[in-house]
Amino acid sequence: MSTNGLTSWAVDLAEIGAIYPFQGTEVPLYIAGLAFWIWFHWAQLRNEKVELQHEMDADASGEATRAAINAY
Amino acid sequence: MGNNLDALTTLFTEFYYWVTVVFMFLIHVGFCLYEVAASRRRNHLHTLMKNTMCIPLVTITFFFFGWWIYFAFPNGPFITGGIEFEAASGARAFDPAMGTNLQDHINGVFWAAFLLFSWTAASIVSGSVIERIRSGAFWILAVVIGSCTWIIDAAWGWHYGGWMVKVLGYHDAYASGVIHAIAGGFALGVLVVLGPRIGKFRPDGTARDIPPHNPWLATLGLFLIYTGFWGFYAACNIPIISPEGIDGVITGETWTATNIYLAPTTLSAITFNFLMSLSGGLLMGYVVSKGDAFWTYSAGLAGIIAASAGNDLYHPIQAMFIGAIGAFAAYKLHYFVERTFKIDDAVGAVAVHGYAGFLGVVIAGFMLWGQPSSPYAGYAVINPVGNFLGAVIMFGVLGFLPAWIISTVLNSFGILRIPRKVELEGLDFEANQAYLAAVEEVRQAEGLMVR
Repeated sequence: MSTNGLTSWAVDLAEIGAIYPFQGTEVPLYIAGLAFWIWFHWAQLRNEKVELQHEMDADASGEATRAAINAY
Repeated sequence: MGNNLDALTTLFTEFYYWVTVVFMFLIHVGFCLYEVAASRRRNHLHTLMKNTMCIPLVTITFFFFGWWIYFAFPNGPFITGGIEFEAASGARAFDPAMGTNLQDHINGVFWAAFLLFSWTAASIVSGSVIERIRSGAFWILAVVIGSCTWIIDAAWGWHYGGWMVKVLGYHDAYASGVIHAIAGGFALGVLVVLGPRIGKFRPDGTARDIPPHNPWLATLGLFLIYTGFWGFYAACNIPIISPEGIDGVITGETWTATNIYLAPTTLSAITFNFLMSLSGGLLMGYVVSKGDAFWTYSAGLAGIIAASAGNDLYHPIQAMFIGAIGAFAAYKLHYFVERTFKIDDAVGAVAVHGYAGFLGVVIAGFMLWGQPSSPYAGYAVINPVGNFLGAVIMFGVLGFLPAWIISTVLNSFGILRIPRKVELEGLDFEANQAYLAAVEEVRQAEGLMVR
């Protein structure tokens, strides 16, 4: 049993192509990869919205903001 | 690999591109340092992460579809043919060649060399929009330029069979247009919609200087970009190829290095011209900016960028003068556009990359007029009109326009720019408050333990 079909390196390399595991699953893997990418944007935009809302609600007096500005 | 010579050539080429990738990594390091230095203390963390996260996002999308675009679209919008599905099949993300494959030693490193250009394109835009863009919006824009528009322009004008090369005689060997002009145009498209930072312009409309938080870090960043640029230049070449490798169109038995169009050049030539154009830019930048460090370093970059379109063929002294012209134009145009159109380009990226790149492509059209654009027969020769049209396509059609459209859409959803209050507080406000609270708690806890 081998996840890439190879059980020994005593082979002619000229006859060996892909050696990653689970060959034949590339298309589902690709779709999962695309989904992961889109998920990142969705999750990040959601988190960013929450973070910005927290910052909008913070420092009502403006004291910390003035300190941040003065720190340059 | 048919025989030992083929094997050595393949392995040399594999290693060559691999080294260029490592060098080019420094470009991104430099951009990160430069941007953080240019930002104010209250925005450091977000500024750094905004640029850093270009790396994974552009990398995975360039794997998913960017690399395929390069091989699929050299014919343009059906100008010299259709979509090259067969030629692009090995660049599909689900093709066995896009993985650990003992029959292919080149695909991964060649992909990575192009990918690092993609990071650079996105990173150029990143600096100009600091301190007010939402990271989430920027990362969408980064994917658009890094994995879509720049690689379309590469397929059109930076490919031996690209329609712009065939029909227009477009020549841009070291990417004045295909990386720099497009990224500068893209940055300008975003900036027009995004608007300036609070405080950039006085009530009477004149511009304030917003100095970098740390000018020394900025210059270090630019030095690192220079260093990475060596890898960029080397990656634009094919290091060694036989006449048979170019279908025998070059006669005789002499092997050569070539540019991306498979036309002969040498590493020696580009080494001369890289350093001479850098020097021309630095000299002009120092004088025109009256010794300003930030602009002198940027002018060095502008010098290289302006000469890059023809640095495979120029004489070194020509490269020096073109570099000086590019630096002068970038500096003057930056302040002209800032004054006239109220554009706040925080790091001068539109000028250094966009205007110098555009000008460099135009100059190459005149300087190399009548020279062959390709070793293959039937291609238009290099000419001023073709290169001017090419510069417009790079800066305007594939740079400015998509950026302006997408930024306008993001803005209409209210996710392009941070709120005014947050801009004053700083993007890192919450993180900084948490940091200060944690420091205070530790101080108090440890203070109680002192007897």
